[in-house]
Amino acid sequence: MKQCLVVDDSSVIRKVARRILEDLNFEISEAEDGQQALDACRTAMPDAILLDWNMPVMDGLEFLTSLRGEEGGEKPIVVFCTTENDVAHIARAIRAGANEYIMKPFDREIVEAKFQEVGLI
Amino acid sequence: MTPNEFENLKKFLKDRSGLVLSNDKQYLVESRLLPIARTAGMDNLSALVQGLQKPGNRQLQEDVVEAMTTNESFFFRDKTPFDHFKEIMMPHVLEARSSTRSVKIWCAAASTGQEPYSLSICLKEMGPKMAGWRTRIVGTDLSTEVLEKAKAGIYSQFEVQRGLPIQLLLKYFEQKGDMWQIDAGIRAMVELRKLNLLESFSHLGEFDIIFCRNVLIYFDQPTKSEILGRLAKAMPVDGFLVLGAAETVVGLTDAFKPVPGKRGLFQRKEAFAASTTGSAKTAAAGGSATTPARPLAAGLGTRA
Repeated sequence: MKQCLVVDDSSVIRKVARRILEDLNFEISEAEDGQQALDACRTAMPDAILLDWNMPVMDGLEFLTSLRGEEGGEKPIVVFCTTENDVAHIARAIRAGANEYIMKPFDREIVEAKFQEVGLI
Repeated sequence: MTPNEFENLKKFLKDRSGLVLSNDKQYLVESRLLPIARTAGMDNLSALVQGLQKPGNRQLQEDVVEAMTTNESFFFRDKTPFDHFKEIMMPHVLEARSSTRSVKIWCAAASTGQEPYSLSICLKEMGPKMAGWRTRIVGTDLSTEVLEKAKAGIYSQFEVQRGLPIQLLLKYFEQKGDMWQIDAGIRAMVELRKLNLLESFSHLGEFDIIFCRNVLIYFDQPTKSEILGRLAKAMPVDGFLVLGAAETVVGLTDAFKPVPGKRGLFQRKEAFAASTTGSAKTAAAGGSATTPARPLAAGLGTRA
């Protein structure tokens, strides 16, 4: 079973994402901000990370930049999932090492399509 | 709507568009036709069906046909046909048409444009390999409404997130408020025209590749056979036909045979018969034109 870390400061979003991803056979762990996510990754690198952008303590982009610098940090497939839906944000995320990008609001089909796109399912 | 009215609607749709409406499509009928009834100032579907019978109600008749024959569409829908396009069909065309340097593609159910535009993007992404090639992509649909949307090339955030990789969104789309418009260069590659598959399409010319996915399902068996027969005449011997993943030609026509192991991909039977020099070899090889996989090709020859 593949591991997916869901990083979002909204418990509602984490719950929705968990439900969708569990149906897609992922084992889910959660983090409320970038720092928590980084700590989790240092303990065990997940296969996939669903990542919000705007979060307290450490935002998604800062987390991603740090992650890609960590040992083994190039391994997880990172899918941004954020309300930031302009070209500039998307381009920044891709340059920082994101593999895919979901613009909120999202639904089951979009998550499935994007995870398929990056070969996770 | 009474059973009698439902029968009248079925007959109307069959006559006008070839669409065969099964009795379990009541929900579909309601969800698609109620808005039209309301727009036309009618209270319910009974009034709508009665209205269809009146002579001179052309606009209403067209609206009903359009609403019932429109499909939802995604970019790179089902993925596999586009892999086949890049890995089998185009390598074959690049080799077989290297003297004329011309490729002609037809999307016979273009709907809101995602399929022809996905193919244009594929061709663009092939880069230098396509240099000096003339490409013609024709997209046709029965519905003028969806073709208008296709021509505008403007899609919602939801539509651009199903099947379209983010890199391609950045590369080929421009953000317009909440919507995304596909690049003018990609739009210019596609010629969009209204066409009813029940009518002759010989005026469109010949195509190397025809995508006709998930549209034959709406027709009855004899109509399917008849259309498949005409599709075979609209392509050279080594042309390709792409049907939906759940569609088949078995029992419908002898004109096409499935390319073994390539779901939804078909060639004319003559391509298989030409076991020594035929194009089906390259096609069935599944690899690039420069490295044809011999064993598969040989297998094809013996099957034919």
